[in-house]
Amino acid sequence: MTAVTTQNALATYVVRHADDNVVLGQRLAEYISRAPELEEDLAIGNLTLDHIGVADHLFTYAAKIDGCDLSGDDLVMFRSERDYTNLLLVEQRHDGFDDLIARQFLFDAYQLPFWEALSASNDETIAGIAQRAAKEARYHLRHSSMWMVRLGDGTPESHTRIQASIDRLWRFTSEMFETDALDREMVESGLGVDTSTLRETWESSVDAVLEEATLTRPQDSFQTSGGRSGMHTEYLGPMLAEMQWLQRSQPGMSW
Amino acid sequence: MAPAIPAGDVVVITKTPKLKHARGLLERVVDPDLPFLSIRDIAILRNVEVSEEGTVTVTITPTYSGCPAMETIRSDIRAALVEGGFHSVDVETVYSPAWTTEWMSDDAKRKLAENHIAPPDSVLAIVPEVLCPLCSSDDIRTVSEFGSTACKSIMVCTQCGEPFDYFKAI
Repeated sequence: MTAVTTQNALATYVVRHADDNVVLGQRLAEYISRAPELEEDLAIGNLTLDHIGVADHLFTYAAKIDGCDLSGDDLVMFRSERDYTNLLLVEQRHDGFDDLIARQFLFDAYQLPFWEALSASNDETIAGIAQRAAKEARYHLRHSSMWMVRLGDGTPESHTRIQASIDRLWRFTSEMFETDALDREMVESGLGVDTSTLRETWESSVDAVLEEATLTRPQDSFQTSGGRSGMHTEYLGPMLAEMQWLQRSQPGMSW
Repeated sequence: MAPAIPAGDVVVITKTPKLKHARGLLERVVDPDLPFLSIRDIAILRNVEVSEEGTVTVTITPTYSGCPAMETIRSDIRAALVEGGFHSVDVETVYSPAWTTEWMSDDAKRKLAENHIAPPDSVLAIVPEVLCPLCSSDDIRTVSEFGSTACKSIMVCTQCGEPFDYFKAI
């Protein structure tokens, strides 16, 4: 099989953001049935649907504009770890509900202004997908913020644990606001978003929630990145292996 | 020589009954999660066209990005039109403008309430007004922002104790 990658610049850009959502969706799906309460299992199921749903729309569109002979499903199931271009934050594993909420919150606070900005894309389909995703992201952020406060301002045990999760994930947050040549090309053509301009919005919503949650904002010390160029942490590979196994062993299988 | 352009009336006569027929068939296609609402009621159906050759093009828009009902709706649309005599059916998805509960008719909202689902308030409402579908009290509490489907959240009435779904305004 030839390499499963997109050639067109816009398609490659769309795939990045689809990757963020499919990886986070898969991570969330791993946790369904383990939430602290039944309503939260429903919530996680809904979040999963939203993230995988938006990824599906983006992958399908990327495959169409790329003009290659690939389907959206091919892009999800037959690309290897190094071809995935998601942010490192979304692939991080969770040892518990605290990690899941911290990861979700840090990402939601970025996704909402991202989708809002992308709603102004010159590309009508991308703008439409972003408009819908922004509405959903508003719910996601409200939900993860509520849990941040509930855990941070909860018991000494929950406070300690959510603080540790935030501390551990903090080094993956700067990557969300980094831009590379492809980002700049997309911004110049009016198709994409300059994520460096979203940092202020992200910081103000994160700071407000951390304060209400009686949590301490970690120092901006060591930061790591590389997801956009396929350099991942050790957690993505095993996740993809589980996610892709069935399609790789029985290619093209469907219900 | 270019073929003569048919007079407007000729087109209308051949097209309209087919379009009307197609629209009528689509009235029977419902949202599988809310089977008392047609796809027109809930504003998933955006456009219907019938070409001169009889191909029906149905344009729909998804409610939520990950709504699993969309695939069922697509196949139900095809099935309804094929059973009704149309042999060529295209179902297209349009993303922009994004679906909003503002497009739901008052009739659709009434049907929701009749089925014990609190209908969505205006998206512009800062604090949405939600009434208990059983006793109409506004003394209600949110149990979970996320419910049995992507479009609903779970509430409970503090007055009568009834747990119910609220159709989120988005």
